[in-house]
Amino acid sequence: MMRILKYVALDILKNKIIIAYAIMLALFSWSAFGLEDNAAKGLLTVLNIILLTVPLMSVLFATIYVYNSSEFIELLLSHPIKRSKIWKALFTGLSLSMVAAYVFGAGIPLFIFAQWNIALMTITVGSLLSVIFVAIAFLSSIITRDKAKGIGTSIMLWLYFALLFDGLVLFLFFQFSDYPIEKAVVFLSALSPIDLSRILILLKLDVSAMLGYTGAVFKNSFGSDWGLVLSFTLLAFWALVPFYLSLRKFKSKDL
Amino acid sequence: MIEIKNITKNFGKLKALNGLNLELNKGECIALIGPNGCGKTTLIKSILGMVLPSSGEILFNGKSIKNDNDYRSQIGYMPQIGRYPENMTIGQVLDMIKGIRKSSEFLDHDLYEQFQIAKMLDKKMRTLSGGTTQKVSATLAFLFKPQVLILDEPTAGLDPIAAEILKAKIIEAKERGCLILITSHLLSELEDIVSQIIFMQEGNLILHKNAEELKATTGQQTIARSIVHLLKTETL
Repeated sequence: MMRILKYVALDILKNKIIIAYAIMLALFSWSAFGLEDNAAKGLLTVLNIILLTVPLMSVLFATIYVYNSSEFIELLLSHPIKRSKIWKALFTGLSLSMVAAYVFGAGIPLFIFAQWNIALMTITVGSLLSVIFVAIAFLSSIITRDKAKGIGTSIMLWLYFALLFDGLVLFLFFQFSDYPIEKAVVFLSALSPIDLSRILILLKLDVSAMLGYTGAVFKNSFGSDWGLVLSFTLLAFWALVPFYLSLRKFKSKDL
Repeated sequence: MIEIKNITKNFGKLKALNGLNLELNKGECIALIGPNGCGKTTLIKSILGMVLPSSGEILFNGKSIKNDNDYRSQIGYMPQIGRYPENMTIGQVLDMIKGIRKSSEFLDHDLYEQFQIAKMLDKKMRTLSGGTTQKVSATLAFLFKPQVLILDEPTAGLDPIAAEILKAKIIEAKERGCLILITSHLLSELEDIVSQIIFMQEGNLILHKNAEELKATTGQQTIARSIVHLLKTETL
């Protein structure tokens, strides 16, 4: 597996898109911190940029990369190597590269401008988000053979998680505001990794105005520490479950 | 060496393989022939574990290949159209496969030298012509001295000189006692190599016979003519 991983990682890191992504993140973060007079405001801007771009970039790049690796997978399969190893190596390679690009791009300015514990949290959450959306990309690219459909599915999923979800929760809240639905809303927020990430960072930041509805309820129900543990566990599930499902499907796929 | 027991493969409604039974033994050189879309490539891919049959099983040296992958270390495969990662160079592809095979025995570099691969090690796979890609595929198939060779249209796209080199190499492997499975539409090319014929149609096995026997029963000089004769005179 290490040997395949080496070639996958080399191939991705040579890719100019990954480098451009890192540079773009760096530009956004440096300018956000530079333009705002206080670091907390800057951090909020950076956070919003990260929550939009990191998932989009991870899911799109990974989907396209998996489709373009079909030759690579085919070449390896006629040799004595386990299918699961090939898939895991691809996943690890892609995740590591996305995380590396993110840490180089956004991590450095975060450590310079923000408090170290908040910077650390933002970096961890961003890295987790990268891995989660690579896993989602793996799932949507194994579901269909058609590249256009696969990329379409990925974009739809991103749109849903990044933009539609919070709106949907808010809509439900207004519709059912006569009933005690706080617990249900907390449960709902677990259904979107982006929402979870936002809650996680804002719990640390203590800017309740920015928490969004799900975040506010989350904080009330769990307090900071429990909320932290619970949301990390949920995020880990968000990375593992899609990847596990895609792995199971890959093992029985005809090539 | 390879036993195929009642395998069926469906792609949606299409039956690519229909209850196929075959036994392939050491030292045989088998031509797998049939019209386009008759299931030849599906059969080969099933043996390689790239396609998983809907039912039935395949035994390699008496062991089921399901959930196994070590058996592939004894197979050299040359695909019809070699698909390689576009950004890798020939040298990297060779390195990677050598690493995966972990073969410590000394390798068979005959084709590597005769096709002059060493001169092209830095070329990216995407810049190669179809023929050169085939040369790389052939080199990889023979590199690890496999017991079984599976060659899907091996000479298609190769220039006459390269085709002759490859043919000589196939004959050498046959004399060494390998099992060789070849598909080709150009039967005349296989004439002097092949010892058995398997004819497939629409996923069914129509005929599995010794080449000499086939020629004798049909009274024809060449394998190609015998097949045509059979197709014309009787429903196989």
